[in-house]
Amino acid sequence: MSYVFGIMITLSFVFSLISGSAGELSEGIMDSASGAVTLLISISGMLCMWSGFMRIAKDSGLIEKLSRLCAPILKRLYPDVDVDSDAFRYISMNISANLLGLGNAATPLGLNAMKELKKHHPSDTASDSMLTFVLMNTASIQLLPTSVAALRKSYGSQHPFDILLCVWITSALALTAGLASSKLLMRRQKWRSLSR
Amino acid sequence: MEIIIPLIIAALCGYGLFKRVNIFESFVEGVKEGMHTVVFIAPTMIALLVAVGMLRESGLLDWIAETIRPAAEAIGFPAELVPMGLLRPVSGSGASAILLGIYEDHGADSFLAKCASVVAGSTETTFYAVTMYYSAAGIKKIRHTLFSALLADFTAIVLSVVTVSLLLN
Repeated sequence: MSYVFGIMITLSFVFSLISGSAGELSEGIMDSASGAVTLLISISGMLCMWSGFMRIAKDSGLIEKLSRLCAPILKRLYPDVDVDSDAFRYISMNISANLLGLGNAATPLGLNAMKELKKHHPSDTASDSMLTFVLMNTASIQLLPTSVAALRKSYGSQHPFDILLCVWITSALALTAGLASSKLLMRRQKWRSLSR
Repeated sequence: MEIIIPLIIAALCGYGLFKRVNIFESFVEGVKEGMHTVVFIAPTMIALLVAVGMLRESGLLDWIAETIRPAAEAIGFPAELVPMGLLRPVSGSGASAILLGIYEDHGADSFLAKCASVVAGSTETTFYAVTMYYSAAGIKKIRHTLFSALLADFTAIVLSVVTVSLLLN
C-alpha cells in the first residue's frame, strides 16, 4: 500500500512540475482531502443503514440459508475457507448482493467478510482468499446494470438495456482474466517458497 | 425497479419478525458495527482519496491519454474511450462525467456510447474497493491484487469494443 501511495503522489508532483500545473495541484490536494471526509460521511449513513438490515438477515438465519445455496460454487473459489464459518457466510451474501445490484448492501457485508478472514489469518499480508475476494469486488458482477441503463435512458436512448449481453460477456471474461492471473501468481509464489 | 429496495427491507423485517428475532435490537447492533467500520476505514480512505485527487489534478492521466491516442487509433480502438479507461479504476465520478460527455457528444445509442456503457457496467472503481476492503482487515501488503484487478479492467475495456462491434453492429 505504501508503494501505491508513494508512487501516485510522486508521479503527480513530478508531472505537475513538468507541465506547470502546480497551482491546480495544490488546490486539488485541499479539495480532495475535504472531499474525502464528505464522501466518508455521505457513505456512512448508507453503510450503517444496510449494516443494520443485514444484521437482521444474519440473526434470522437468512444469511446462513443463502450461503448454503451458494456453497457449491464458492467452495471452489475459496478452498481454504470453511463452509460453516462466518467468513464464508458473509462472502456469499456479499456476492449475492452484488449480483442483485445492491452495491450499498454488499459493502458492509464485504467488510465483515474481510474482518472474518483476518481472524483466520492474523498478519498484515493479504491471504489468498482475501485476494480472490477483493478481486471479485473490484470487478462488477451485477446481473442488471441498472444505473448505467438509467443514465442512458435519461440521455434519450431507445433501448437502454440492449448492451446487456455485452456487459455479461465482458464482465465475466474480465473477472476470469483477473482471477486466472491471480491464481497463476499465487501458484508461482507457493513454488518459490517451497523450493527455497 | 424503484420498489425493489423497500421490498427487500420489508421482507427482511417481516422474515425477522416471523423468526421471532428482536429486529430493532439487531438493527441497532448492525448500525453499531457499521459505525465502527466507518471509523476504522476512514484514515486509509482519506489517504488514498488524497493521492487519487493529486493524480487527477496533476493532469498526468490526460497526458497519458493524449500520448497513447495515436497508438489506439492505429489499431482501430476508439480514442475517446482511452480517458474513460484510465479514469475508471481511479475515480467513479470522473468516469461518469466522461460517460455523460460521450452520451452528449455522440448520442446515447451511438457505437461509442454503447462501448462506454459496457465499460461502466462491467468495471468498478478498483482503487477505492481495494483500499476499503483491505483497510477493514488491516492489511498492508496486498501482493498482486492491483496487478490482477487492473488486468481485469483492461480486459473489460478491450472486450467492450469487441463485444459491441460483434453483437450490436
